[in-house]
Amino acid sequence: MYFFKRALYLIPLLLVISFLAFVLVRVAPGGPFDKERKPASPEIERNLKAKYHLDEPLWKQYARYLAGLARGDFGPSLKYRNHTVNDILLQGLPVSLSLGFIAFGFAQAIGIPLGFYTAVRRGQWADYGGSFLALLAVCVPGFVVGPLLIMWLAVKFHWFPVGLWETPWHAVLPMVALGLYFGGKIARLMREGMLNTLSAEYITTARAKGLRESVILWKHAFRLAVLPVLSYSGPLLADLLTGSFVVENIFQIPGVGVFLVNSSLNRDYTMVVGLVLLYAALLVVLNLLVDLSYSLLDPRVKHE
Amino acid sequence: MIPARDDHHVPAGMNYFRRTRDSLAACFSFLTVLLALLSLLGCGKKEPRADITIINGAEPESLDPAIITGQPDGRVVGALFEGLTRLNAKTATPEPALAERWEISPDGKMYTFHLRTNAVWSTGGSITAADVVYSWRRVVDPLTASDYAGQLFLVKNAEEINAGKIKDLAALGAQVLDPYTLRVELVAPATFFLDLCAFRTLAVVPRATIEKYGDQWIMARPLPTSGPYTLDAWRIRDKIRVRKNPRHWDAANVQNEVVDFLPVESPNTALNLYESGAADIIWDKGLVPTELLDILRKRTDCHNFDYLGTYFYRYNTTHKPFDDPRVRKALLLAVDKRRLVERITRAGEKTASHLTPPGMANYTAPEGLGYDPALAKKLLSEAGFPGGKGFPPFQYLYNSSKVHEQIAVELQQMWKETLGLKMELRQTEWKVYLAEQSKTNYHLCRSSWIGDYNDPNTFLDMFMSNNGNNRTGWVNARYDQLMRDANQQTDVKRRAALLREAETLLIRDELPIAPLYFYVGVTFYDPEKIEGIYSNVLDEHPIYTIRKKR
Repeated sequence: MYFFKRALYLIPLLLVISFLAFVLVRVAPGGPFDKERKPASPEIERNLKAKYHLDEPLWKQYARYLAGLARGDFGPSLKYRNHTVNDILLQGLPVSLSLGFIAFGFAQAIGIPLGFYTAVRRGQWADYGGSFLALLAVCVPGFVVGPLLIMWLAVKFHWFPVGLWETPWHAVLPMVALGLYFGGKIARLMREGMLNTLSAEYITTARAKGLRESVILWKHAFRLAVLPVLSYSGPLLADLLTGSFVVENIFQIPGVGVFLVNSSLNRDYTMVVGLVLLYAALLVVLNLLVDLSYSLLDPRVKHE
Repeated sequence: MIPARDDHHVPAGMNYFRRTRDSLAACFSFLTVLLALLSLLGCGKKEPRADITIINGAEPESLDPAIITGQPDGRVVGALFEGLTRLNAKTATPEPALAERWEISPDGKMYTFHLRTNAVWSTGGSITAADVVYSWRRVVDPLTASDYAGQLFLVKNAEEINAGKIKDLAALGAQVLDPYTLRVELVAPATFFLDLCAFRTLAVVPRATIEKYGDQWIMARPLPTSGPYTLDAWRIRDKIRVRKNPRHWDAANVQNEVVDFLPVESPNTALNLYESGAADIIWDKGLVPTELLDILRKRTDCHNFDYLGTYFYRYNTTHKPFDDPRVRKALLLAVDKRRLVERITRAGEKTASHLTPPGMANYTAPEGLGYDPALAKKLLSEAGFPGGKGFPPFQYLYNSSKVHEQIAVELQQMWKETLGLKMELRQTEWKVYLAEQSKTNYHLCRSSWIGDYNDPNTFLDMFMSNNGNNRTGWVNARYDQLMRDANQQTDVKRRAALLREAETLLIRDELPIAPLYFYVGVTFYDPEKIEGIYSNVLDEHPIYTIRKKR
């Protein structure tokens, strides 16, 4: 029941978002057909606008857009005139999704163990070292990590290709460049969660009962400590799945991340709204899934 | 008694519930890992390597000859579609392509083209004069909304059709005489019309496919092409793969089978791919990091050459005090252009005192203004601003880019030092910059122009008062008259003299614009491994001549 209620909210929310995106991108100065070279005659500009219905009143354009959307049609791209937005998303999204998933997996795989370990070894050298690494990962942005990885592992040692998207081998460096920051963030969240949980009364009770430390850590503490990581994972996954401008640019990966930035610079109206909607829908759905999984991990949480 | 295990006192039902929860969580994490692994394995299939891989710059906006405006687009389109003439790979001068030969009437206004009888579409079927006429009518048809329709305005009635004044497309001055003969009527004797026939916009496109598929016709398979290659794949921001068209009339001279164009925009990525051997050629001036140009230029695989492109800035001549030519001159005379090319651009650019670049066919541009701080100060005080006193603060508009920014800062510095003027920098993103420029909503604005064909007209007609690219507010009846007279001339020398007079007006007397330097073309390829790329002023490198050395 709870799920359905939340899912129903999705529709008005996406409508509002699409309307805002639709209007805001049109308010920005300059238009999709402004070029360095003026078209040969004013007639051409008029025809272009008529062709893409940009000469109609805004509400009519929006109604037209919604009608298209209802049929699953995001409209033609105004910048890449031989492609539709659907066509571009269909080509780019699987790539961004793949990269996003493996980067997500990578971030969890380094973040959770590191956070867990540093919390358990709190105040010892392992904690300082591990926490420093996590902090480093958070502080060094992708556009620094990416080129450094390329410089050492690709250009210097030839272990990995410098870019492009062909074999699994090509995905390794982008995965690290994209996931490292989030790995660091997850480690910090995990450590925090662990420390909070370990000082909780029920842990003290468990200790008083004389349970083995491993049972306390894994069975009782971990499950609650991972909750902050879980709630962070929803937006994180949405973020990763829709591609990264920086990483896709550096490694020449044909995902949708670059379009997310470029389409607004190009005033590619349909593309901007399509991508914003996609991102918003992913964000909302993943957050919903996170909320649901709360109840699986924490017996105190119940959704009515 | 201490229970040995913590689960002992948990009721059986609760225990079951917890186990389900655990297994659900385990399932969830297992699924995540599985998905991650699957996506890792599923990411792309490796295709066999192309014979030649080229880093081509920005992702093409289109591959429709009538629609494209950018150079990266044009280079792919040049492989797929051909016109009546094509540009020679070495000299970039027009040579027979679909037309085998032609006759020109004595007044230079009537062209009769004879098409090859062995020119066929890649899917079979002859390419006829009717195909040419269809393709040209399509370009000037206002419904096609071709930005470059102006390339056909020399043809009778083209401009009127494009502006919607004549509705009948058949009125276009290009008529089919018989399936292999075409007559073209011009409004003026243009010595560069054969150059225009090689221009991408005028290339011959497949009517039936376009009428069937509309805007997405280029995605149709099989796609009939008229040029030396067919389109194998176009994956956006990934690659464009073209394959030799065995039916092309000149297929015997096509030097490779498969060519990949990579749409790489980041200079660092481009250089990395090239250095690691993932690409054979980089052929766009913006595709190598400028910081490394000093080092890269010394290498044998760096080829730089004169190129028909000029970097300049515009004055808004309707804005005080830039309505005064003395002020416009004073500013330019205070610019030491050498500092720009030696410190900032660093690819071996030459400083510019005129607009039309050196190397232009049948033309030598007049010398313009050089660096003369004393004269600059004198002119400025004559205009009423001695030592820069009373000069209103002004802005320099440029689009976000490192080079533009560095040049703006350098200009700011020079004008402050020499003339005591205070200039503000106004950086905007590309679309805002374009909108402001075309509304002449600026004081000074950085600009550049790349020639479309090898004739001074491609630079000079821009500043005629009715030209949409003028964007300076400068209106000069004498300039307009000189340009019109020049373009009615059949005599090459007299025409050049008239154009020179016009350009003198532009860059020495009136100065609505201030030329700074000429672009150079930069191409990277290893001459030990690749041959068949030639340097020419149009930066035109047809791919059918390019070959890997064995």
